[in-house]
Amino acid sequence: MTPLAGYLLVAALLFSIGLAGALTRRNAILVLIGIELMLNAANLNLIAFWRYGPHPEALTGMMFAIFSIAVAAAEAAVGLGLVIQIHRHAHTTDLDQMNRMKG
Amino acid sequence: MCCPSAIAQLLWLIPTVPIVASGMIALLKQSQRRTAARLAIGSLSFSLLLSIKAFAEVIGQVLTRKFTWLPVHDVVNFTWIQVGAANVDLGWVLDPLSAVMMVMVALVGLLIFIYSIEYMKHDENFTRFFCFMSLFAGAMLGVAIANSMLLLFMCWELVGLTSYLLIGFWYQKPAAAAAAKKAFLTTRIGDVLFLLGIVWLFAQTGTLLFYNGGAGSLEAGALTALLAQHAGFGLCAAGAIGLLIFCGAAGKSGQLPLHVWLPDAMEGPTPVSALIHAATMVAAGVYLIARVYPLMQAGALAGGTTTALTVVTWVGASTAVFAALIAVAQNDIKRILAYSTISQLGYMMAGLGMGGVAVGMFHLITHAFFKALLFLGAGSVIHGCHEEQDIRRMGGLKADMPLTFATYGIGMLALCGFPLVFSGFWSKDGILEAAMHWSVAKAPFYMLVFGALLTAFYMTRQVGYVFFGYNRGSKDAHESPEVMTVPLAILAFFAMALGLIGTPAWPWFRGFLESRAVDIGWHRLIEPGLLALMATSTVVVFVGIGLAWRLYGDRSPKPKEPDVLEAAAPLPWGWLRDRLYVDELYGVTVIAFYGWWARVAEWLDRKVWGGAVSGVAWAFGLWAQLNRFLDNNWVDGGFDKGCDELASGGGLLARVQTGRVQTYLRLLALAVVALALMLIWSSRA
Repeated sequence: MTPLAGYLLVAALLFSIGLAGALTRRNAILVLIGIELMLNAANLNLIAFWRYGPHPEALTGMMFAIFSIAVAAAEAAVGLGLVIQIHRHAHTTDLDQMNRMKG
Repeated sequence: MCCPSAIAQLLWLIPTVPIVASGMIALLKQSQRRTAARLAIGSLSFSLLLSIKAFAEVIGQVLTRKFTWLPVHDVVNFTWIQVGAANVDLGWVLDPLSAVMMVMVALVGLLIFIYSIEYMKHDENFTRFFCFMSLFAGAMLGVAIANSMLLLFMCWELVGLTSYLLIGFWYQKPAAAAAAKKAFLTTRIGDVLFLLGIVWLFAQTGTLLFYNGGAGSLEAGALTALLAQHAGFGLCAAGAIGLLIFCGAAGKSGQLPLHVWLPDAMEGPTPVSALIHAATMVAAGVYLIARVYPLMQAGALAGGTTTALTVVTWVGASTAVFAALIAVAQNDIKRILAYSTISQLGYMMAGLGMGGVAVGMFHLITHAFFKALLFLGAGSVIHGCHEEQDIRRMGGLKADMPLTFATYGIGMLALCGFPLVFSGFWSKDGILEAAMHWSVAKAPFYMLVFGALLTAFYMTRQVGYVFFGYNRGSKDAHESPEVMTVPLAILAFFAMALGLIGTPAWPWFRGFLESRAVDIGWHRLIEPGLLALMATSTVVVFVGIGLAWRLYGDRSPKPKEPDVLEAAAPLPWGWLRDRLYVDELYGVTVIAFYGWWARVAEWLDRKVWGGAVSGVAWAFGLWAQLNRFLDNNWVDGGFDKGCDELASGGGLLARVQTGRVQTYLRLLALAVVALALMLIWSSRA
């Protein structure tokens, strides 16, 4: 097993855990945490492909990861802000009760 | 003539200024009477001054060209519009004929304008009156200077229009409105034929100009071409065109059988009658014939005549006698004068037909003055007698209205042709002399002499009724103010003095029109033939006046009492009083035919054309019903069904959107898994 495959396995595991968390948890904050896990799994993949790819001397993968982390931070801020607003509005963070946007 | 003189180039101002003044007056308010009268009189005075200047210029030209026999035609022409290869030219001409006409129209018109200030003083439409009068005078001056058939016809129609407006000036009176309509329609009959003549002339000669340095339609080249053309019925094209033009002239100048509008036109205000029936409109027809005289005369051998001129003569002579007969039995002061005008126009036409331009035009000019005088005198009488027009309700006015009586007497004697000092004598004698020497027939001569007898008779009858005897109408008849009597006096002066320029001893007028100078020759007065003629006409006048004086002078019949002649011969008197039933004849023939024709046209309109239109409309209605049925049942059904299906499909799809975020995520995850499986599977294969 190559080191790359090892990293990819870990990343896939991490992604699956995040997805499972996002799908099964009812608390909006826990869903957000699951999403963050999935994002970081993707970041891990980016780093791994860069490090074991054909041009490890160019810092492309690193750049991608840093961008992605910055975007994830912003997204987490927006998501948490939304959750706070929803909580103020509906006095709950239970996702099952937030179904007013149906068609 | 290489280039027109300076005055000829300004000639267009003569008709334009009064027409512009008319337009300005039209913009005034009803209360601005003084401004209106000032504008009208000022503009016509300007025209008069310019006319006199032009007249003097022509006299100068005639004098300097003493030994040439070529007529002077000072023309200014320009192209108005170009249609394909044909030019429509307009232009004006300064020659003796137009100069004389301009001065006459402007002078008589100006006197009538001044007179009208007082006569129309109490009319609330004073400004409108002067607006129309100005337009009328301008149009008539336009007829006088026109050097183009088209320009002449335009002004001619303007004259027709304004005559309609003026005759119907008191349109509140049904009789006036009807008279205006009658005048318009009757003259229109002549005008249609006139227009045909113009078009024919244009088609044949390719020009509408009268004189154009040898290329005009009245000059030798065009006339030769017209003579060569045969129009059928033994006429050459020149003769046929001449006859068509004469039809227009007959309509305007009230010749038989188109004279019926003229007596009715007396419904207008009296100054209008004077202007229309003395100086301008009716003279336009005579002037037209004088203007196109080369055309009428074309083809005549020396001393001979042409078909066109023969027709003109016979129509003129018949009109002269016919109208004079009717005038004998009329009782309306203006109607007598109207029939007298028709009769005198007949004289002019006969004079043109037999004697040439100078003879007819001389009578036109003298008649313009003394007939304007008579009409204005009649207006003064009507004014003084509080709008009374029936001569049986007047009488004895010579004491109440001495100035009017004196001037009216002069006009009456001039009209009768009283010897030596009155212009009418000389101008009528000119016509009689021409008739005596006419080669075709002697009958016109006897007709005209008989007409002269009748003229003397009916005028004496009228004067006897109006001015002599005792007053049978309103007691407080009064003399008119100076602004009315001064024009009368001026006209009376001309009614006498004008005779001087046309006596056989010094035929200056004839020489002037023919562009040559003449000397004084007293010997011509005592030629036996002429002396005999003068004696004859003198005797005729005296017999006429004496007879009428015996019957009517100082007798003062009562208003209800029948006329002396009526008592003697009631039947012929009745015919004459009823105007020889010409109106009734037209009523049962032409008008009845038109009535029938109108009913046929109405029936056609209602039943045939109206039915066709209704049928088409009905068919379209049916078609529309069918379309509506198809729409409602087929097209709309399919469309509605499609819309319903779309809506329910949308409803079905909307259920997928549950609003639960985790359901969406779940679907997304499933899709990603499915995508991954597909990729793996496809890379294996």
